[in-house]
Amino acid sequence: MERSRRSFLKILGISTLGLGTLSSVDLLAKAEMGKAEYSPDPKGMTGKRWALVVDVKKLDEETTQKAIEACHLIHNVPDYGDEDNEEIKWIWTDKYEHAFPGTEHAYLAEEIEEKPFLLLCNHCANPPCVRVCPTQATWQRGDGVVMMDQHRCIGCRYCMAACPFGARSFNWKDPRTTYFKDKEPPNPKYPTRTKGVVEKCNLCAERLAVGEMPACVEAVKDSKAIVFGDLEDPHSEVREVLHEHFAIRRKPELGTNPNVYYIV
Amino acid sequence: MYNKGKIVTGLVIFVVFFTSPFLYGLVKSGPPPAPELTAKAKQAKQCVEAKAYMVESHMQMLNDWRDEAVRNGNRIYVATTGKQYTVSLQNTCMDCHSNKSKFCDQCHNYAEVNPYCWECHIEPKEKL
Amino acid sequence: MLETALKGSKKYWILIGVLFGLHGMGATAFLYQLSKGLTVTGMSRDVSWGIYIAQFTFLVGVAASAVMVVLPYYLHNVKEFGKITILGEFLAVAAVNMCLMFILVDLGKPMRMLNVILHPTPNSILFWDMVVLNGYLFLNIIIGWVVLSAERKQVDPPKWVKPLIYLSIPWAVSIHTVTAFLYAGLPGRHFWLTAIMAARFLGSAFAAGPALLILLCLIVRKVSKFDPGKEAIQKVANIVVYAMIISIFFVLLEVFTAFYSQIPGHMHGFVYTFVGLHGHGNLVPWTWAFAVMAVIATLMLLCPPLRKNETTLAISCLLVFFSLWIEKGITLVITGFIPNPFDTITEYVPTLPELAITVGVWATGFLILTILYKIAVSVKEEIAS
Repeated sequence: MERSRRSFLKILGISTLGLGTLSSVDLLAKAEMGKAEYSPDPKGMTGKRWALVVDVKKLDEETTQKAIEACHLIHNVPDYGDEDNEEIKWIWTDKYEHAFPGTEHAYLAEEIEEKPFLLLCNHCANPPCVRVCPTQATWQRGDGVVMMDQHRCIGCRYCMAACPFGARSFNWKDPRTTYFKDKEPPNPKYPTRTKGVVEKCNLCAERLAVGEMPACVEAVKDSKAIVFGDLEDPHSEVREVLHEHFAIRRKPELGTNPNVYYIV
Repeated sequence: MYNKGKIVTGLVIFVVFFTSPFLYGLVKSGPPPAPELTAKAKQAKQCVEAKAYMVESHMQMLNDWRDEAVRNGNRIYVATTGKQYTVSLQNTCMDCHSNKSKFCDQCHNYAEVNPYCWECHIEPKEKL
Repeated sequence: MLETALKGSKKYWILIGVLFGLHGMGATAFLYQLSKGLTVTGMSRDVSWGIYIAQFTFLVGVAASAVMVVLPYYLHNVKEFGKITILGEFLAVAAVNMCLMFILVDLGKPMRMLNVILHPTPNSILFWDMVVLNGYLFLNIIIGWVVLSAERKQVDPPKWVKPLIYLSIPWAVSIHTVTAFLYAGLPGRHFWLTAIMAARFLGSAFAAGPALLILLCLIVRKVSKFDPGKEAIQKVANIVVYAMIISIFFVLLEVFTAFYSQIPGHMHGFVYTFVGLHGHGNLVPWTWAFAVMAVIATLMLLCPPLRKNETTLAISCLLVFFSLWIEKGITLVITGFIPNPFDTITEYVPTLPELAITVGVWATGFLILTILYKIAVSVKEEIAS
């Protein structure tokens, strides 16, 4: 080699610059497109703080099953049973002592003791799960819904550690190759999830967007076991119901400000 | 040059190794992809945007759709043509292009890309 | 300097081979986990973090221990530590690498890990954990390498390295403060909800890390011509015993608050680990092993003849390391999930693939440590001759 190292590096630098300019000119010459716009569906429900009020007296095996099935079917939630505690559940039932641990005592009214309480994500106004998510894969919307973006979730499960209500489930395995291997996902209009991401109740955001009630509310609308509405609207059904009946929330002392109320 | 023999041999081996995918492609490549439109797609005359744009940038557009629908709650797309579409891969795109194996997969397989959209988004059932 | 790692005795190459083999086993198990999902582990909906995160938690402490030799040497001129700061820094590099690897193998979607950088979220402690861990890794690699190269050329290290060294001191404290914050700020997990979590992390870090450093120094003296110095080792032992006393004291503080207040949420975790809760108690033997080993180690270290004798010192250090490995690397994290938010108990047992991956990560860390120590020791031997 006659040339010095210096001139070699000079030539390398200039050619890189040249190639770089070439490719950026290429980029500019891409197919042009005019301005496109995105907007929310005008039919969509708007609110400032969505909440659910569950009338516990109206809950029984049949009603709760209707609500759970409605949700799990339209969201293609796989039913793994509970053998290895890898179940995925967006809404489920449990007894009082597990729904409100620490408040139970030895002399609970029998009706309350045996009742199947419907449990789900509380869409807290001060959600610790949102606080801890490192990628904003879960975040709080302006209308109060705590959303999940399964495209962004890295599966760190910090949100699962943070949630004081055990509302979140992780996809330890791939639902398509396990639960849905030989059966079709029940709702072809909604995706499934894949392994490695967290999921939970999303307050039927996709239904709210087109002006429909959450599926669980719709499923039990005859009995009004669950009432849905905007807490910040003083004339909403939830406000009326809360005005007339004493209601409690799960673990209020933790300050997460849950938006699911239980009329006991 | 010191060690000219070793260096030149090494360089040749490196260049061959580095360009081997392209050399392999020269020998092994099949016909260019031929994506087929369904009857419904043909009837629509144009996709959400013009074909050239879709071919080049549908990936970017789908990314934008994903963020707008999921993160911003904007589920209506007003195209440059003025037409409105529901922002959904599964229910809008795949509604017209319901023949994934004859359409989407054609180019994807050729270019050896494996978009993981369909790990979650359900593809329409095809009559094989 | 890297070339010094390519020349070694037969024993060195056998060690490298074994560690590489274990790394390969871990990598294979990890590929299996990638394809099947995290269902191959023993984690569950209730115990959603297991041995991977628990080991990361312990190793953060080990990584921070470099500061225990760096601080006295650079800020207080404790000359005995001059020879071993590099060993502390390289241990930190290996330990932080293990931390990062354990986080990676725990992720549900590791291919999306850059999302933490693409979408920075300052309100998330995990974001800050990524920042401080990577920062500490780079600090120690740069400091260690630059100072060692300067030593090899027998010149003073460049001036710009000094501020980095000073920065690494509070940064070391930050890595386990931030990691402790991962746990101490979660409202639903009463076992972790304690203000002294970060202090406990510091205490056990400054016991476990230097204990490992002593063991490594003893090994280095045995297998090479480099002698870290009896005084240096004794001084580090002093640090270990004080840190052990503080660590045990902190655990007792927790036990007092839990049991004197008699609040169920506070007591349940300790009852589970020490005696079992509602018939579940698979961590009980581990907890008692920790307690017994910690007490014996502390008593041995407090006794001057046992501390000065390097054989008994080595035994004490092993007991310190393993007892704290149990406390931080097993019982702390798992017990946080027990009982679950519904006050029921789901226990956790790691599976074979999970253990294979864990061993693989440890082996990779020790592989990095072996190579770095080989370099450091070779340089020290070179300049001594």
